[in-house]
Parts: sequence; C-alpha cells; structure tokens
Amino acid sequence: RVVSSPPALEMSAISASEKVDGFTRKSVRKAQRQRGCQGSSQFAASSSRPAAPEISALPQLKDASSTEQHELFMQKLQQCCVMFDFYDTVTDLKSKETKRATLSELVDYVSTNRGVLVEPVYPEITTMVSTNIFRTLPPSENPDFDPEEDEPTLEASWPHMQLVYEFFLRFLENPDFQPSTAKRYIDQKFVLQLLELFDTEDPREREFIKTVLHRIYGKFLGLRAFVRKQINNIFLRYIYETEHFNGVAELLEILGSIINGFALPLKAEHKQFLMKILIPMHTAKGLALFHAQLAYCVVQFIEKDPTLTEVVVRGLLKFWPKTCSQKEVMFLGEIEEILDVIEPTQFKKIQEPLFKQISKCVSSPHFQVAERALYYWNNEYILSLIEENNAKILPIMFGNLYRISKEHWNPTIVALVYNVLKTLMEMNSKLFDELTASYKCDRQREKKKEQEREELWRKLDELRLQETSAIQNNRHEIQFTYSNNNNNNNNLHDKDENPAAAITDRIESNTWAK
Amino acid sequence: MGTGTGGDDSLYPIAVLIDELRNEDVQLRLNSIKKLSTIALALGVERTRTELLPFLTDTIYDEDEVLLALAEQLGSFTVLVGGPEFVHCLLPPLESLATVEETVVRDKAVESLRKISQEHSPVDLEVHFVPLVKRLASGDWFTSRTSACGLFGVCYPRVSSTVKAEIRQHFRTLCSDDTPMVRRAASSKLGEFAKVLELDYVKSDIIPLFTALASDEQDSVRLLAVEAGVSIAALLPQEDLEDLVMPTLRQAAEDKSWRVRYMVADKFSELQKAVGPEITKNDLVPAFQNLLKDCEAEVRTAAANKVKGEVLPEDSRETIIMTHILPCVKELVSDTNQHVKSALASVIMGLSTILGKDNTVEHLLPLFLVQLKDEYPEVRLNIISNLDCVNEVIGIRQLSQSLLPAIVELAEDAKWRVRLAIIEYMPLLAGQLGVEFFDEKLNSLCMAWLIDHVYAIREAATCNLMKLVEKFGAEWAQNTIVPKVLGMANDSNYLHRMTTLFCINALSEVCGQEITTKHMLPVVLKMSTDQVANVRFNVARCLQKIGPVLDSSALQAEVKPVLEKLATDQDMDVKYFALEAISGMYLFNLPTYIFSETFSFSSILFFFFSFSLSP
Repeated sequence: RVVSSPPALEMSAISASEKVDGFTRKSVRKAQRQRGCQGSSQFAASSSRPAAPEISALPQLKDASSTEQHELFMQKLQQCCVMFDFYDTVTDLKSKETKRATLSELVDYVSTNRGVLVEPVYPEITTMVSTNIFRTLPPSENPDFDPEEDEPTLEASWPHMQLVYEFFLRFLENPDFQPSTAKRYIDQKFVLQLLELFDTEDPREREFIKTVLHRIYGKFLGLRAFVRKQINNIFLRYIYETEHFNGVAELLEILGSIINGFALPLKAEHKQFLMKILIPMHTAKGLALFHAQLAYCVVQFIEKDPTLTEVVVRGLLKFWPKTCSQKEVMFLGEIEEILDVIEPTQFKKIQEPLFKQISKCVSSPHFQVAERALYYWNNEYILSLIEENNAKILPIMFGNLYRISKEHWNPTIVALVYNVLKTLMEMNSKLFDELTASYKCDRQREKKKEQEREELWRKLDELRLQETSAIQNNRHEIQFTYSNNNNNNNNLHDKDENPAAAITDRIESNTWAK
Repeated sequence: MGTGTGGDDSLYPIAVLIDELRNEDVQLRLNSIKKLSTIALALGVERTRTELLPFLTDTIYDEDEVLLALAEQLGSFTVLVGGPEFVHCLLPPLESLATVEETVVRDKAVESLRKISQEHSPVDLEVHFVPLVKRLASGDWFTSRTSACGLFGVCYPRVSSTVKAEIRQHFRTLCSDDTPMVRRAASSKLGEFAKVLELDYVKSDIIPLFTALASDEQDSVRLLAVEAGVSIAALLPQEDLEDLVMPTLRQAAEDKSWRVRYMVADKFSELQKAVGPEITKNDLVPAFQNLLKDCEAEVRTAAANKVKGEVLPEDSRETIIMTHILPCVKELVSDTNQHVKSALASVIMGLSTILGKDNTVEHLLPLFLVQLKDEYPEVRLNIISNLDCVNEVIGIRQLSQSLLPAIVELAEDAKWRVRLAIIEYMPLLAGQLGVEFFDEKLNSLCMAWLIDHVYAIREAATCNLMKLVEKFGAEWAQNTIVPKVLGMANDSNYLHRMTTLFCINALSEVCGQEITTKHMLPVVLKMSTDQVANVRFNVARCLQKIGPVLDSSALQAEVKPVLEKLATDQDMDVKYFALEAISGMYLFNLPTYIFSETFSFSSILFFFFSFSLSP
C-alpha cells in the first residue's frame, strides 16, 4: 500500500478535528473501521483516518487484589473499545498486540471466575462488543460473488473480532449471567444489528454470530418473538427483493432448533412462517447453499404436526423447478425426507398430485433427475406406501414408465425403470396387464383430446378475427393486434398457416402431455 | 360488440373455456391465460362480467407465471367487459393478484390497477377504487400493504377533499409500518405521492414522513428516501428548502451506511438541480468533497462521475471547482480502485471547458498524463475517448508526446476488445493530431491492425482506413496506404490477401475512380487466379462492390471476362458469388440454368460456415 500524504500532516489534521468535536472522531473512526475490514481504499486511509490512540498494557487481572480487580476489568473493557485498522499492517503493531492480549485475558477472566459479572459491567461489556462487531458491512469486493464458486472475503480484523465474539459468548454462558439485568442493554436494537451481521461474507464470523444468537434466543424470552419476526423480514427480503443474503443457512439452522421447541398446537404465526416463507424460499436462486437446513426445518414442522403435510407437499409441487435440474434433484431429496416421516393417512391426501410430478421426473431427459426419482423404489417405507395405494399410483406412473423403458437414452435409467415396472407388476399384476393392454388406446384418446383442443382454439381465433374486422373501432383493433402479437408463440391459429410450425408444436405438446 | 357474439355463445359454453384455463399442464394453462381476451370475446361482455371474472377471482391459486400473465391481461380488459362504465368489475381479480407474494406478479397487478384507475369516472373511483386501496392498505399480510403504496398517487388528484384526507392518513400509516418491506415501498413512492399533493400538505404531511423514513433503522429504507428527497426538494419554494429538507439530505450524505451515501452521490446531479445553485454552492459542495473522499470505492465511483458540477452558478463555478473539487480530483487520479479511476477518466476531460486554457494546462494536464499512464486500459481508453473536450480548449498537441506511448500500448494490448476500442478512436485522433503527426507515428499501427489475428480487429482496421481517407483525402491515400494495402495481395497468408480485398471494398469509393481503376483493379483481377477459393469468391464480391466506381469500358473489357471465368470455377461458392456479381451489376444476359434454388441456398450456408471458421 502506498501512502500518499506525509504522516505528519495526517496527524495534525486529526488532532485538530478531535479537539473541535469528539463525535467527529468517533464517526470517522467508524468509517475507517468499515474500510478496515475491506480495504477498498488507501485514499481514506491517508487523508481521513484518525490515528488510534496508543494503548499500553495494564497490569494483569490475576495479579490485582480483589478490590482492584473490578476497576481494572472495567478499564480493560474500555481499552478494548479502541479500534485499529487491520488493513494497515505496519502501524499500531504494538497496540494491536496489547489489545489482542487484553481480549484474550478477558475471555479467560469471564470463563474461569465466579462473581465478576456485577451490574456495572453489563453496559461496559455491551458497549465494547457493539463497538467491535457492529458495522455496516462493506460492499462485496466481488460484485458477482457466488458463494458456491468464489472464495469469500475474510474479515481483516478477525484476530481481534474473534476474541470479542468469544468473550461475548463466555459472558452469555457464565453461570452468573443475569438476563434480567442484561435485557436493558441487549435489547431489540442490539439484536437487529446482530441479525444484519449474518450477511457477512466471512463464514467464521457467521458461525460465531449463529451461536451468539442462539444463546440470546435461549436466555431472553422477551426477545424471542422479535427475533423470529426480524428473521422473517430478512427472509422475505431475500426471497422477493434482493436474492442476496449470506447467512440464510445459519439462520435456518437456528430456526431448526427453534421449531423443535414449538409447543403444540402450533400457533398461526408459525404456520404462516412455514407456508409464506419456508416454502417460497425453495424458489431462491441460491437454494443449493441452504437446502439441507431448509429441508430439515420443513420436516421438523411435519413431524410436529402431521396435518401440515398436505399443504407443504402441495406448496412444494407449486414451486417445482421447471428448468433447473440441480434444484429438481434437491426437491426430490426433500420429498423423500418428507415421505420418510409421512403418516399413511396424509399420504393418501397427496398421492395423486405427488405421483403425477414423480412420474414427470422419472421421464426427465436429465438422467440425474430420473435416477433420483427412481431411487424412491429402493426405500422400504415408500415402497410399502405405494403398495398400499397401488390402485391409484400405478395408473399415474404406468404411462411414463412404459414409454421411458423404450425411449430413454441412458441405459442405467432404462435398467432402473425395468426394475420399477417389475416391482409394480408384482404388486398388482391384474391392473398391470390391463394398463399394458389399454396403453395404445389411452395414447389415442389423448391425441384426440388434443385435436379437440386445437379445434376449439381455431374456432375462437376465427371468431376473434371476425370481430376485429367487423368492428371498425380503432381502440379495439389496436388492442387485438397487440394481444395477437403477444401470443403468437404456440399460437394455434398460426399453426394452420404454417404446417412446419404446427408439426413442431404438436411434437412439443406431445411431450408436454402425459 | 355483445351482439356480434350473441349467436356463438352456445358454441362455447363457459365450462369448456374454463376447462382450458384449468388444464393440468402449466404450459397449456399459460397459453390459455395469455389468450384470455379471445375467450372473453367469445363469451361477450356480459358473460365475461358475470361468469369469467368471478371464476378468475376465485381460482387465483396458481403458478406465478400464470398469475403474471393474468395480471397483465386484465390491465387492458376494459373494452371486453363493456367499457369504462363497467371497468370496476376488473377490480376483484386484480385485488387478489395485488396480494400475491411474488413481487413480479404483484407489481404487474399494481401496474394494471394504475392503468384502469384512469378509466374510472370520479364517482366510480370513490365508490369502487378507493375502497379497494383502503382494503389493501389495511391488509394483514405485508404484500397487500406494499401494493397499496403504489395506488395512492393515481387516485388522489381525482377525489373529494374528505377522501383525500383519508388517503393521506393511510399513506402516513404505511410509512411507519412495522415491516421494512412496506416502509421500503412507501419510501419509494413518497416522491410520486408528494407530486400530486397540495403544497401545504407537502409541507405538513410529506416532510415529517420524509424525515422519518430518511432516519429509518434499515438502510434500504433510508436510501429510497434520498430519491424521494430529490422530488420533494423540487416541489418546494427555495426559501423552505433550508429548513425542511436540507438537514435530512445533509445527514444522508454522511449516513453510516455506504449504500445511502452511494445513493446521494448517484443522485447528485438531480439533487443539485432540485435545490438550485445557491444551496449547491454553500451546502452540497462540502458534502460532495466528502463523497469524493469516501472510504468505500463504490461511493467514490458514483461521486467521481459527477465532478463537472453542471448546476453550479455560472459566476462561481470555476472558483468552486478550482478550490474545492480539484484537490479531491487530484487524489482520485491515484486511487487504488480501478472503477473510481475509470469513472473519473470518463469525465475529467470535461473539466477543461469549464476551467479554461491556463488552468487546464497548469492543473489538469498533469492529471491527464497520469491517467494516460494508468495500469488499467479502461482508464486510458476513457481519457482518449474524450480528447475532443481538451482539443477545444488547449489543442491536442500539448498532449501528443504522452498520448503516443499510451496509444501504442493500447494498440498492442493483449485483449482484443481493448485494441478494438482504440481503433474506434483513431479517426478522431488523426483529425486532431494532423496528418504529419499521424504519418510519422500512427500510420504503422493502423497498418499493423490489418494483419491482426482477430477478425474483428482486421474488420475494424479496414473501416478505420476508410474514415482516415475521408479525413485526409484521396491523394494521401494513394501515397501512404494504398501501396501498403496492395502489397499484402502477395502475402503468403490467404487471410492477409483477403484483407487486401476487404480494404479495397472499403476504400474504392472514397479513393475515387482513378485510383480504383489504375491501382486497385489490376490487383483484384490478378487475385482471381488465387489458389484459395475463399480469396477467389471474395474477388467476385469485391468486383461487384467496386463496379459502380469503375467506368463501363473497364467493366466490359476487364471485369467481365474475369467474372465469366469465375462463374465456371470448380468451387460452387466462387461460382455463386461470380453469378451474383454478374447479375448484381446487370453485366450480361444471365445463363439461367445455374440458378436452381437449392444450389444457391446451400452455397449461402456453406459460405457462412467457411467464413465464420476462417479467422
């Protein structure tokens, strides 16, 4: 890093501003700290950075007499509020080391000593922690940051920050810790700032915040509803507005254990959370990053209250991926997890729509999707459910399985399909024979139905053409031309004019139809 | 129109149509929904109102994609339900759509609602539309409240004063909603709503809301308030600005979140216009200085784009820029972030027109020179692309010594897009540097591009030659570039030989008949016996292209025999283009037997293949 202005000049500018207004210093320091963790600019460093006041080591806590200890503890906490620029690897080395040593001494102090958490230290501790960890997260260095591909930007001041988190955790876990005292300082505002930090790119930091939030949720009953609501807001923003938040998986992990503790019957709030947030969350682009945690939450809900099975499965079917095979495999995995815990009565309620989807997946040209769906037949419990309801399921599955057994490009899939067909045949050979016999008829009936549809649309389009030419009203005309232009893909009217298009369309609709 | 469809009603029972809309296949359902207007037309206005719309309202649970199509369709459904008189029956389905979770659907529903609000009579607006807005505004789930935010502005101007008061009250409530999603929506519509309010209410209602939203706990709300602040400032009389909006805007410029500061920097020009020159001078300039020095590169980039300060008062503009802005600009020139420098490079040249010749030479020139040597090509390119601004003030000569190394380096950059970009500035540079300088320093570069290994560069280079000849004239062309171009006709690489032909295509017209006939034509004709078919068919194309420049004796005596010979070439593409040239120039009676359709079609295909593979 190149420093562009002479250090002497820098120093004088700072001391002047410090004299004028104490707040300036604080705000500038805060800004500089932001940069510290990102280091996007040397410019700010050279012109507006205040020098951190040098801190010198205080005597060790363990050497102090018990009367002095408290005072010393407070002093050390205050000392740790001084912030350093970690992007600058040259300056303040001594002070940085002093702070590190002090922090680690504090960690020891609160974890090994009893009776040190007297009331006056609560505000000091909260201030120290807030000063060190709360900050506006910097813009990502890599604007197209892809958590699956790219290395995350790590927090530069981690050597201090880690100890601060560690200290805070030990504080929360200390047997003398009094939530009733702490709630004055660890309040809604504090929690809100903590939640914002979940967006940090540094996975180490997210791991700590996760544990911290979990402790806070456990100890502060008054904050629970608030925490849940704010997490909802973060998720809603993630799903519907920004599609970007680094800490989704960690938040879901916390929620997983929260759901576990929900009392029965479930409150409307919790059901709403499931249906309006967890299920739509499956549509997110970054699903792969938190799918395991998400599926865990969903299954927790179903285990708590089996009557939720139907809405959940229907919800998942509604959001079933149309184009992304990778996601489709994840959905199939989640459905299997649900089927593992499903109650047979619930299964009956969803078997038809569910197996229509599974039948589509089985015939997916993407072999991983087909394979994942066919693996259901290796699951004993699912197999028993299918067997129990074979009269319903067999007709849904048969058409596609039969076709795929002849057509699929991938030999593994064909082999799997033969096994599945064999299993189904053994379940109900009479029905199986009937279906085989009527297969051709069914195809023809479908084709005929398709033709009837086309005929209907052709007539409707003719009618529209008549209308448009009959009515000389400009507005109408503009409107219909507009909608005509809009709809000319797959437009049945176009098919008649263009035989080639009609053929491709027919092929398409054949693949669409089952 | 109801009468026209009356007879057909029985043909299309609603059940059949509804069956279509319910089809199990999403794609088919989507297609049906997209042709909803056709269905409505088949049903006639009355049945559309009494049967179709209730059906649509009831079965709103569907794929978002289907809902999106539905929301869009309903926006232009007014005639299909019987015109403005009945437009309100479109409200129920749109109301449900405006409460859907998916933002895209909801936004589309709001858009359609805004559209049909205009088709309501003032009475209908109060009887049907406003109650809908109120219902949405007091909905349980955040989605309906979010949608409501976008609807206040369209109904406010057309309702009675009591209803207006209610609307203002609803908007106020939403601005302090407890979900940030709703506050964001309110914040983003605040400016729009302020515009339709009476000035007194802007002061009494909007300002407190603005102040509150601008200090919201969520930065995503605050940053939207900045934009609203710009609209609001534009509505207020000058004397109120200082008290009512400036404190909030000042605070936004120093916000602890970089996103908010970024917004201020990004909207800085609009902000200056809205508050006027005086406040800009006294208030915004210091804020701007801070933004230029911001600790986040994003903010500095946005601010760097605005250094020209268009709205500063004419008389003090120069002084302000010299004393306040320029020192910051000097530092930005050596910023660590390439985006900051590149943003600066694209506007810094514009400062010279404001500062005048002496200041430019003394203060700006050194900065240009630093940026011309920047390690990032984008920065250098941005400087070069804006040279014309400086040229007007001090003349480009001042820069030429530093310009040259920069150009040479860019011309040889490893990335072909960079080379392409610099080629595009060549004619501009040549015009400003003059022919002498060009011949001495740049000509060889221009010729080197002709044999670049990337086709796009060679193509751009030929086009560049044409523009240079337009600037410097045919005589210059004949002396300097034509010999070199023609020399390449003997190159051992067929791609270079083809480049000769491409250059001739581009140059013949600007060079004129004499040069074309005397110098270029013989070379082209000679190449007709090239051993590579691609060269030969390009000879045919070239002859067609330069034909109009040649006189008829040359055409008949020289071009015709060559094309005739090419038309009997073994290679079918050569044949094809030779015949194409012959027919294109109306040279002969065409031997028709060669024009079978399949033949020419496959030739074209083949041609495209060979062409796209050749570089």
